[in-house]
Formats: sequence, C-alpha cells, structure tokens
Amino acid sequence: MIRAPQTVLALLLLATLAAGPCRSEELKDLYFGEALFFAHQGLYFEALERLDTEVKQHNRVDEPELDKLYSHMADADFSLGDFELRYRMHHRAGRAISAVLEADVDDVVRNDAAYRLARIHFQKNQLAEAVEALDRIEGEIPESLRDDVDFLRANVYLGEERPGDAIALLEALQDSPEFGAFASYNLGIAYLQSGQRQAALNQLDIAGKISGDDPGELAIRDKSNLVAGTIHLEAEEFALAIPYLNRVRLDGPYSNQALLSAGWANMSIGNAERAVVPWSILAEREVTDRAAQEAMLALPYAYGKLDVHGRAAVYYGRALDAFGAEIDKLNTSVDSIRDGKFLEALVREEIRKDKDWVIRLRSLPEAPETYYLMDLMASHDFQTGLQNYLDLADLRRKLVAWQRGFDSYDEMVELRHDHYEPLLPDVDAEFRELDSRMRLRLAQHKTLVKRRDDLLTTPRPEFLATPEERATIELLEQLQAQAGDDATTLQRIKRLQGVLIFHLRTEYHARFTEFDANLRKLDEAMAIVQSQHEQYVRVRQAVTHSYAGYDQPINRLRVNAANAINEIDLLMARQGRVLEKVAIEELTARRSQLEKFGDNARFALADSYDRATQAQAKAEAP
Amino acid sequence: MSKRIRTALLALATVLLAGTAVSQDLTGENMQSLDGQVQEIKSDVLDISSELRNLEERLLYPSGTQLSIFVAVGEQEDFRLDAVKIEIDGELATHHIYSFNELEALQKGGVQNAYTGNVVTGAHELRVTVIGKTDGGEDFSQSGTFSFSKDIKPKTLGITLSEPGLGDDSIRVGDW
Repeated sequence: MIRAPQTVLALLLLATLAAGPCRSEELKDLYFGEALFFAHQGLYFEALERLDTEVKQHNRVDEPELDKLYSHMADADFSLGDFELRYRMHHRAGRAISAVLEADVDDVVRNDAAYRLARIHFQKNQLAEAVEALDRIEGEIPESLRDDVDFLRANVYLGEERPGDAIALLEALQDSPEFGAFASYNLGIAYLQSGQRQAALNQLDIAGKISGDDPGELAIRDKSNLVAGTIHLEAEEFALAIPYLNRVRLDGPYSNQALLSAGWANMSIGNAERAVVPWSILAEREVTDRAAQEAMLALPYAYGKLDVHGRAAVYYGRALDAFGAEIDKLNTSVDSIRDGKFLEALVREEIRKDKDWVIRLRSLPEAPETYYLMDLMASHDFQTGLQNYLDLADLRRKLVAWQRGFDSYDEMVELRHDHYEPLLPDVDAEFRELDSRMRLRLAQHKTLVKRRDDLLTTPRPEFLATPEERATIELLEQLQAQAGDDATTLQRIKRLQGVLIFHLRTEYHARFTEFDANLRKLDEAMAIVQSQHEQYVRVRQAVTHSYAGYDQPINRLRVNAANAINEIDLLMARQGRVLEKVAIEELTARRSQLEKFGDNARFALADSYDRATQAQAKAEAP
Repeated sequence: MSKRIRTALLALATVLLAGTAVSQDLTGENMQSLDGQVQEIKSDVLDISSELRNLEERLLYPSGTQLSIFVAVGEQEDFRLDAVKIEIDGELATHHIYSFNELEALQKGGVQNAYTGNVVTGAHELRVTVIGKTDGGEDFSQSGTFSFSKDIKPKTLGITLSEPGLGDDSIRVGDW
C-alpha cells in the first residue's frame, strides 16, 4: 500500500493555519490593539510580550469588569494561544487553549478552542491527542469553522490510517469553497490508503482536472496528475501513465518529476523518440535538481536506444563534465558548512526580510551549499530546526541590545541620585516647617467649620461678637465685680450689657451669614493649600522613585539576560551542529548519487564510442 | 524493462511519495528535547522583556507625567497612509513613515503606539498632520489641532484616521 504523502498534508494544514487574527469588532483596549499591530506584521515575540503583560495585569485587578480588556478577554486568550503557536511555543499554546477549554464558556468559544488545540496536536504529529481534542467539539459550530473542522478531522484520520472515516468527511467537502481542491486530492489519497485503487485513480483524475487560477489549487492539480501517473507507472501501466504526466504544467513545482517520469513511461513502451522530448527539456534545467541530473543520463540512454550512438556519446560526455563540476561544488559546500558559513548565511538579517529568503540564499556566492539543500530546507523537520536556530539568533540579538541599556539605566539612576540627594535635606526641612504651619491652620479651619455647624442647630449670638464687643463684655464683667453693692453702678453696667446683647441678638442672622460667607472663602483657600500640599508630596515621592529601588531589578535583569545569552549560545551550538550535520549528510548523499551517475556515464560513454565506431565501420564496409 | 529503468523508477517513486528522506537527527529525541529547551528559553526571554518594559516605563515615563499616543485607522478604510506627524505644544513629538506591513496591520485592526513621553499636568495642544493617498489615487495632507488636559494619572490618547472628504472628520482624537 502506498503511504499518504505526509508532506502534502502538512503543507495543507499550514495553509489553513495561515489565516491571521481577525479585526476586533470594537476595540476598547489599546494595548490589545498594539499586540494585534505586531501580530499582523508577523512580529509574534513583540505581540506576545505586549498581550501577555496586558492579560497578567488584567488578572491582577480587583474589579476586572471595569478593566478595558474585559470585553476582549475571550479573544485575548485565544490570541495568546495563537501567537504562541505562531511563535512556535507549542507547549504554552497548548496550555493556553486547554485553559479556555476547561473554563465555563459557551459552545462557540469552546469549539473554537478545541479546534485550535487539535491543530496544534496535528502539527506536532500527536494524532490521538488531536482526535481527543476534536471529539470535544459538540453543540453549535460556527458556519465559518465547520469545513475547517471536517478537513482537519479528515487529515488526522488519514494520518492515523483510518481512510474509511476520512473518506466520508472528504466526500462531503468536495464542494467546499475553501478546501474543495485539497479535499478532492486528499480523497484520492484516502481511497488509495483504503486499497481502492480504481476509486483513487478516478478521484485523482477529477482532482487533476480542477479549473482555476489559484497557485495552490494549480499545484494540487499537478500533484494529483503526478500521483496518478506514478500509480500507473508502479503497476507498469506505462501507456496509461503518460496522459496524466503530460497534464502537469511545465512551469509548476512538479514539472521536473513529471518530465522525468514521462520520459521513462515512453521509454518503457519502446517509444525512445518520445522519451527524448521531455528529457531534452529537463536536461537543460537547473543542474542541481535530482530529476535534471537523472535526465542528463537518461537522454543519451534514449539516443543509444535510437542507435544515435555518436550523439549519445556527446551527451554522456556533457553529463560526465556536469557531474564532475557538481561534485566539486558539493565538496566546496561541505567544506563551507564545516567552516560555519552555512549558519552564518542563514542568520543574515537582510536576507530574511524577503519572504522568499530561502530561495534567495541560492544567489549568495558565499553559501554554495544552499543550491543542494532546497528540498531538505523545505522539509518540515528541517524547517523546525532551522526556525529554532533563527529564533535563538533573534533572541540573542535582542538580549545583547538590552544589555547595552542596563549601563545607561544605571548611569541615569546615578545622575538623578547625585542631583537630588544634596538638595533634598534643605527642601525637606523647609517643607516640615511649612507642613506644621499648614497643619495648625487646618486644625483652626476645622474648628471654625464645627462652630458654624453647631450654630446652625444651637444659635449662640455671643460667639459672633466682634473683638471690640468681646473686650467690652469682659470690661463690664470686671466692673461688675468691682462695683460691689453699688446699685447705681450695677444698674448702669446692666444697661450697657443689655445694649450689647440687643445688638448681638438682633444682628445675629446678618452676622451668621457673613461668617458663613467668609468661611466658604476660607474653604476655597484651604482647598488650594491642600492641593498644593498633595502635589508637593507626589512630586517629592516621584523624586525618590526616580532613582531609588532600581538597583535590584536592574541587576536581576542583568543576571537573567546574561544567563539567557549563555543558555542561547549553548542551544545555538547544539542546534547548529544538528543542522550542519544533516546538511552535510544530505550533500554527501547527493555526492554519492552523482558519483554513481558518473560511473554509469563513464561506462555508457565508452560503450557508446564502441557502438558508434562499430556503426561507422559497418557503414564504411564495402 | 531494463534493470536500470526499474531502479530509476523505484527511486523516483520513493522520492515522490515519501518526500525528502529526513535524517534521524531531525526527528529523534535529541531534536525534541532541543525544541523543548528552545521553547523554554523563549518563555524566559519574554519574561525578561516584560520586566524590562515595566522598568523602562517606571524609569523613563513616571505615571504623573506619562503621555501615550496611539494611532488607529477607521474600519473599512483603504486609503494609503504614508506618514503621521505629531506635535505637542508646538514641539515635534514624532514623525513616522509607514511601511507596507505597518499599514496593512493598521487596516486589519492593529493599533500603533506612536509616541510615549512626558508632559506636565495642565492643558496642552496636540497637532496631528497626516500625509497619504486617497483610495482614488490623489495625494492629500490633512492637519488637525486638538486640546487635551493632563492630570496626575497616565494619559492615553487615541488618534483615529479616515480618508478625508468622506463625511466624518478624517482625524479624530479621543481619550482612551
């Protein structure tokens, strides 16, 4: 049984993962918006850092429903998991999304989370866990997610070699606007996996005729035709293979393989003349391509079959020269990798700004090895290792830049300390004096307010006497004590006291109104004093906060950053060694293949010369 | 069929259906352990970054004087934003020229933190100048002057931009 092409399935999944975070309906939290701003640019480290900090702050507030992030929390939790996934932090992404699954949320949110979790597991090839996550989907599934769920489930079933289950789902997806072409191809693979060869061929035939101009759909159409052709080739049904192989576009990603197979199919039915056509095209293509290299050997073989031994000898000679040059290039590449130039080229930032940076690597004169590593570099496992290496290099760059900042912060804190420390004792002394005066006035103000409030309930006219009146009352009291039993004097004193009481009582309301008005003016003045006092206290605190208490956090950050750099250096060395080793293995394997091709070409060249000589002798014989 | 052809076909089928053979170094436990460690160090560096940001904010932009200005693009806006200039009390605060990626991120709902700085408490004037191209391809330059008040709490202003001449004010500023 032929295995389902996992590479294609992985590519399809990546295509579905590429959809970005959606525009929030009504953005209330700017910092969430800022995280989205970075995420939409593919800057997931920055996006994660912003959102993670914001979510942590939200979780710390006493009344979260008053926080601006509150209405975005479901989105924010998803986005965190999403950003972590895109930043290849699957462990954290899984945890974040699992947390949403465990929370008390409605069907739509839970199903979305379950789907995302299943995608993570599928990407990590944890198929049983992916099924488990998908099985948690129940109740209402949003229309926009329905096809995604079914397509993912079908792919998981294919990965688990459960083609029967996958077929049912894929059949229903044939008309899906988003997945139709991919589902059509995958259905063919599912039939193949289930042993239904004819059904698989019929389905691949349908997938191989899909119309459209989307590059992804065109590629899947080519792939369907190539696989159908290959199935016929394997069964030695060479004539049946040819129409499928001929359908593959000449400028598509599968054209080299299709041209090579088309040549062999024609050759196998004894039609060497027809084999020459695709092989001639292919032999002129990029010389590092496996299929092109094989065609350089196959083309003269076809000419030999056509008894054109002279031309065959010429092409064998060309192939031999080309293989020799390529072997030299491969040797140079292996040496270059051993010198560390491969990794140096990979981390060059200006190259990675281009989305096709892997392709652009080929144009780097100092990285010849990349010519032969395109297939390897496109593989999922190598990509994971490579991305990890690049992420580590990025993190290292960030940490080194931050380290430069620590010294500046230290200096800033020191300058502030040296500026403020000599000034503060005098300022504080002056403030203490002003503060005690202000406190006295505050106490007086408080007493007056209390007196006014008391007078409102219990009128006390004597309280509103003027200083002169107060002095007169006291004088009259003294005279009264001195008067003894002198009735005339006592009467005069009483009369004067009566006049005073009369004034105090009859003018009481007017005096109280004036007292109240004056007190209100004093309230305003006291409020200004109070506000200035508070402002001073805040500024005074800010001064201390501007230089005190930073030593510990800066030192902690300095140590943590240094430790992280050491750790990253170790990881980069280990990851780099793995990448270099794998790249060298790949180049060595290609070199061995070229050496074998070279041996074959050498023998065939000699044979062609012999045959050409014999043919010439035969022709010249009388 | 010759032995050579059979061998070649077999090789082709293997390449075609299984993809590039990947070294065990890339799939083994060693690689998984490395991947796990890379994820851990990413988490550590994110924590460092978050703590550093916090420290920078306290050190450089104390809450009493902190002013942050964010820029967003209105929904359904397809105009091309080339640059935004922000002046506070007549002094240039920031002048940003937008890349294609940044513009796309704004159009998808992202919000840019265009400026963070310090201003004293009290009344201030904000002047925003926007340069771009309308959806119809015409160059435009729009300015708007706004007043805002800074109190003892950190101040956050949001600038929302729309294509000029479509009804609403093309530059809107609000507290956020």
